[in-house]
Amino acid sequence: MRVNLTVNGRPQEADDVWEGESLLYVLRERLGLPGSKNACEQGECGSCTVRLDGVPVCSCLVAAGQAEGREVVTVEGLADDEELAPIQQAFIDAGAVQCGFCTPGLLVAADEMLERNPSPSDADIREALSGNLCRCTGYEKIMDAVRLAAARRTEGV
Amino acid sequence: MDFLRPASWEEALAAKAEHPSAVPIAGGTDVMVEINFDHRRPEYLMDLNRIPELTDWEVGEESVRLGASVPYTRIMEHLRTELPGLALAAHTVASPQIRNRGGVGGNLGTASPAGDAHPALLAAGAEVEAVSVRGTRMIPIDDFYTGVKRNALAPDELIRAVHVSKADGPQQFAKVGTRNAMVIAVCAFGLALHPATRTVRTGIGSAAPTPVRARTAEEFLAAALEEGGFWDNGKVVTPSVAQEFARLCSAACNPIDDVRGTAGYRRHAIGVLARRTLTWTWESYRTAAGEGKAA
Ligand SMILES: Cc1cc2nc3c(=O)[nH]c(=O)nc-3n(C[C@H](O)[C@H](O)[C@H](O)COP(=O)(O)OP(=O)(O)OC[C@H]3O[C@@H](n4cnc5c(N)ncnc54)[C@H](O)[C@@H]3O)c2cc1C
Ligand code: FES
Ligand code: FES
Repeated sequence: MRVNLTVNGRPQEADDVWEGESLLYVLRERLGLPGSKNACEQGECGSCTVRLDGVPVCSCLVAAGQAEGREVVTVEGLADDEELAPIQQAFIDAGAVQCGFCTPGLLVAADEMLERNPSPSDADIREALSGNLCRCTGYEKIMDAVRLAAARRTEGV
Repeated sequence: MDFLRPASWEEALAAKAEHPSAVPIAGGTDVMVEINFDHRRPEYLMDLNRIPELTDWEVGEESVRLGASVPYTRIMEHLRTELPGLALAAHTVASPQIRNRGGVGGNLGTASPAGDAHPALLAAGAEVEAVSVRGTRMIPIDDFYTGVKRNALAPDELIRAVHVSKADGPQQFAKVGTRNAMVIAVCAFGLALHPATRTVRTGIGSAAPTPVRARTAEEFLAAALEEGGFWDNGKVVTPSVAQEFARLCSAACNPIDDVRGTAGYRRHAIGVLARRTLTWTWESYRTAAGEGKAA
């Protein structure tokens, strides 16, 4: 089947989509957007997190056909042309990226949380990122990165 | 595989009547796992996301008519007062991403003994609005779970909504697992006090082939509260009453050993959760009643 959707603000069309295919597969294999990662395909790790009509979801659990006509934002949509999004810069500055496999999902989830809640408590951050697993960092640097992004946001830097 | 995309509730019912084997997909958080792992290859997959009324709810006099696809996140945010037990249970489901997609209709569709909505629905009191082209029937929640991952829906039926009784007293939900997020319950327990009728209701998850109520425990507790005049005097429930309630809740379990825990552990833990949730709910009832009198 054919699926039409908007990805990172651009209308996209995917052809020959299998009816049981996930949105994650469409993004990675049909639309050339490999930013969203595939680690578990069962909702456990969050590395495939994208925004569907603004809401963070595991794209591995959205059927491609369910995304018809809807708006998807992936990690590729966070940066403004050449300039990194504040959350991306904060991850780099805080050393929150090691192998990087979990990073796209965490960035999308953290970015959405900061939009909703510009000055989150540590508990808020932990809760918002509780669906994203990282096997490298031990999470402390990730916490630092999100705190840093929140602080920079409030300072208006 | 065919992907059916009904644009309205009537179209969905017609499609389900024409293809009773069609698998509805709402949040997809159960269905997509099965498809991704090749555990299920339905002939027809039927998307319910295009039917707006399924994500709406209406707060009525007696109950909340909760659309089948209202995501857990919405329940946590908007229905804490009316449905405190279900809101607490919703908050323990998986992760934000899953709670943004999954809902009670899917939990009922899967009817896993470990589904977190079930103990809360059993304790609050609920009816499932099951609809087909033949008409609508209301299935009492007590009759809904018919076996391990089996429910009372006919092949041509869809869940339109679940009607959950509004809380008339404190409610609690507690779950045992290895961490806070992303945990399938080792066992879970829901308790609702119903001061209006001077009754209590329970719901047990993951400790029997289906979600169940501990009816003997409910009857015992209601009788003990009545006899001791507790509803009126607002005294602390005596330890012996709490202990017997816990014992009877354990006795209502029929658990198995599995990777998440042993049958013996589950039986024991349900007793602990029963005693704790009784203490918490009764404390809120006493406090509220005490404040009522003072005012
Ligand atoms: C990582 C992960 C963690 C999880 N953790 C938990 C947890 O902690 N607690 C818990 O309870 N669950 C958990 N689940 C399971 C799942 O999220 C829930 O069961 C959820 O409620 C399913 O809702 P859904 O809308 O996604 O269902 P779907 O996957 O869309 O559907 C589930 C079933 O219900 C049927 N169905 C859906 N809507 C209807 C309808 N309107 N009428 C008739 N049938 C219908 C479908 O055909 C299917 O059989 C988890 C899942 C994942 C992937
Ligand atoms: S790949 Fe989707 S949650 Fe792991
Ligand atoms: S940086 Fe390697 S998984 Fe998180």
